[in-house]
Amino acid sequence: MEPQTLFDAVKAKFGEAALELQATGFRPAFVVVAPASIADVAIFLRDDPAMKFDSLMCLSGVDAKERFAVAYHLHSLPHNHQIGLKVFLPRENPSLPSVDAVWPAANFMERETFDLYGIVFEGSKDLRRILLPDDWEGHPLRKDYKYPESYHGVKL
Amino acid sequence: MSNDPARGGAAPAQAPAAPVGPDAQVMVGSADMFVNWARRSSLWYLLFATACCGIELMQTGASRYDLDRFGAVFRASPRQSDLLIVAGTITHKMAERIKRLYDQMPEPKFVLSMGSCANTGGPFYKDSYCVVKGVDLLIPVDVYVPGCPPRPEALIDGIIQLQKIIDKKRNFAKKV
Repeated sequence: MEPQTLFDAVKAKFGEAALELQATGFRPAFVVVAPASIADVAIFLRDDPAMKFDSLMCLSGVDAKERFAVAYHLHSLPHNHQIGLKVFLPRENPSLPSVDAVWPAANFMERETFDLYGIVFEGSKDLRRILLPDDWEGHPLRKDYKYPESYHGVKL
Repeated sequence: MSNDPARGGAAPAQAPAAPVGPDAQVMVGSADMFVNWARRSSLWYLLFATACCGIELMQTGASRYDLDRFGAVFRASPRQSDLLIVAGTITHKMAERIKRLYDQMPEPKFVLSMGSCANTGGPFYKDSYCVVKGVDLLIPVDVYVPGCPPRPEALIDGIIQLQKIIDKKRNFAKKV
């Protein structure tokens, strides 16, 4: 399916929630959606017979300095086509709905994004730190992260 | 039952005379020497690896390099281990586990730091928030083996250096 066709279908269904199509310079193309509607768009893309994006290949966070982004890479095994979803979030209290009810594989990747960027996925089954210790302070992949002096008495 | 001939028992068998000279199967030495010989000849190391150095550690233990020649075999429990080979990167999350494993090992215990990561943090020395910059910040280390990762020959040399250290230990003799 062509990215433009897909974007038009999302826009027909969700209206203003589909913000933008980033087709040039990205492979696969990215559909930028509003944060609040990401879970609904995800269910639509998974269940629509023409889409059938049954595999969430990757979920990642981006610190673009003035704002955060969360990127989803989707793949459809039945149709063998791919698309990306992107959500932009403000730097203060970034949060968006979780998609781990849509693709169970999302849980670990959401936990990693939460661990390293502090992006909160609302409604997640289990949103804990996954890589760093539970009592770690801060989110290290943020550009404004300050390195701590020591951790549990061991110099960093 | 009695061995007394006067009471009708069988005569005790005569012990053969102990051989003298080069055939004598007797080793004379200090108690320290004997204990150190026993300790260095059965360095059981903990089956523990955190990164790619672990692959070289497996190679060293396997048949091609055969660490068993030096009496070093791996044990799956710290309770049975004499030697902790720290093979690989130590993160701050792992640091507490390493300390616990070290505390669980019975005395006398030795630590061999294998590879750049365990020695100094290695490639993660600068600009890493999660890697411990050397395992000697956590536990005492007897031998450092450099390399990234060290070849099996280097690890075997580290084991031999540790055996030399053990040979010099004085367990009974008064320290001068």
